[in-house]
Amino acid sequence: MNVLVDFFAHHSRLFDQIGINALLALSLSVSLQAGQLALCQAGLAGIAAYTSAILSVQFGWPLPASILAAIVAAVLVASLLAYPVRKLRGIFLAIATVGFGEIVRALANNLPITGGAEGLSGIPNDVTTPIIYGSLAFVAVALVLLARTKFALAVALTREDDAAARGVGVDVGMVRFASLALGGAIAGLAGALYAHAFFFLAPGDFGFGRMEQILVWCVIGGVTSPVGAVAGAAFLSVLPELIRKLADFSEITNGLILLIVILFAPGGFAGLWRRRPRAAPDA
Amino acid sequence: MPDGLVLDGVGVRYGGVIALHDVSLSVEPGVTVGLIGPNGAGKTTLINATTGIVAPSTGTIALGGRRLDGLPPNRIARAGIARTYQNIRLFGALDVRTNLAAGAFARPGRPSDDDARALLARAGIAHLALDSPAAALPYGDQRRLEIARALAARPTILMLDEPAAGMNPTETGRLVETIKAIARDGIGILLIEHDMTLVRAACDRVVVLNFGQVLARGTPAEIARDPAVVEAYLGSAEDIA
Repeated sequence: MNVLVDFFAHHSRLFDQIGINALLALSLSVSLQAGQLALCQAGLAGIAAYTSAILSVQFGWPLPASILAAIVAAVLVASLLAYPVRKLRGIFLAIATVGFGEIVRALANNLPITGGAEGLSGIPNDVTTPIIYGSLAFVAVALVLLARTKFALAVALTREDDAAARGVGVDVGMVRFASLALGGAIAGLAGALYAHAFFFLAPGDFGFGRMEQILVWCVIGGVTSPVGAVAGAAFLSVLPELIRKLADFSEITNGLILLIVILFAPGGFAGLWRRRPRAAPDA
Repeated sequence: MPDGLVLDGVGVRYGGVIALHDVSLSVEPGVTVGLIGPNGAGKTTLINATTGIVAPSTGTIALGGRRLDGLPPNRIARAGIARTYQNIRLFGALDVRTNLAAGAFARPGRPSDDDARALLARAGIAHLALDSPAAALPYGDQRRLEIARALAARPTILMLDEPAAGMNPTETGRLVETIKAIARDGIGILLIEHDMTLVRAACDRVVVLNFGQVLARGTPAEIARDPAVVEAYLGSAEDIA
């Protein structure tokens, strides 16, 4: 009996982690679908995590209010960040947004209100596994509904060729802004859930290492596929638990898996199950 | 002619280089105007200025009396100007259906499959499957799919940037019929082309650019006889041959 309880105690944390990681993967996926290599989602999640934790611990806000406030904070910061990086593309955008993430980590490390390097403890542990998966389901349904709108077409056109997208009337600047803000909202939700599910925050929780993990999930899942991003996050979150011996070498195994995917399946998981049909020869 | 495209004294500078200087021309609905000139004469710059990719430094551009100069490309596209590109710019990873939906982006709703097939037929590629990826199509079909995508916007003015590039004489002959049919539907066409056979067959008027300025204008027959044009453009082409 004790073994069974241990099993659930152990694995409920794993399930929580998978759900939150899936949300983080979706937040980056939203940006990648618009062709933006913006690596600011970990930083945005960090801002939201600290915001909701501080509101709960210091000001006694109830959970829903602190989560909402955290999402608003992440969207606001994402919107402010979108302006200076609006003309940056590709690797330049990636570097600028990684820099933003480092600013967030440095602030968390040095501000008195975040608890500095010692971290922030005593956060109410009031986010349960159903809340996490309910949030994930909500975001998934919202993204599926969004995929049927003209906004999704504008996103795909911006990704494929932004000059040609402008030529057919797409406001590319607005698409880029909206995809950063939407990614910020999802990252904010993930960060707030994380703070209340794991009830301890340290500045490194949402640093560059986490951002790099999120990118790896999206790449092995399939860069432009939200389903792939979730699958990639779940796969790499479960893997070290399945093969305990690998857990200590997770950075090495992640790197190897990333290399294998880039070399042999550049479309990621999504590319494997959605093989493009060969064009029929002209009649 | 307030219902067409009117360029008045348009100039474009890239730093110290004057790419276009004091160019005026108009394209009325249903009329095909050819724009010719040697390489570097400013033909594509003129299309880029009209579609908002570069801002004109002088002059005005108006469509149906409404000023377009200074607007961003997406607003100009919505105003009724569609274009094709010298180097094909289809959404290659997306299928034919989605490329046509992209063309109609500024219009309410999405084109139905019947609408899409009608657009393909007007561009002379009725045989294409709606779900084939654009990048997998043969080159000539890609050029025509760009025309179909532009038509999907139901434009007032259509700008074709070297639509016959890379086509053989038979394909070029078919393209003339396609262009004439589009003009008969009441769309004004500005056609950039090097192929004089195509220009003579398809255009009502021709404007010749050289070093960013208008060198001559007139009917295709008048232009072919103009000594200045022959020297600047046709003559130099024969020197190379």
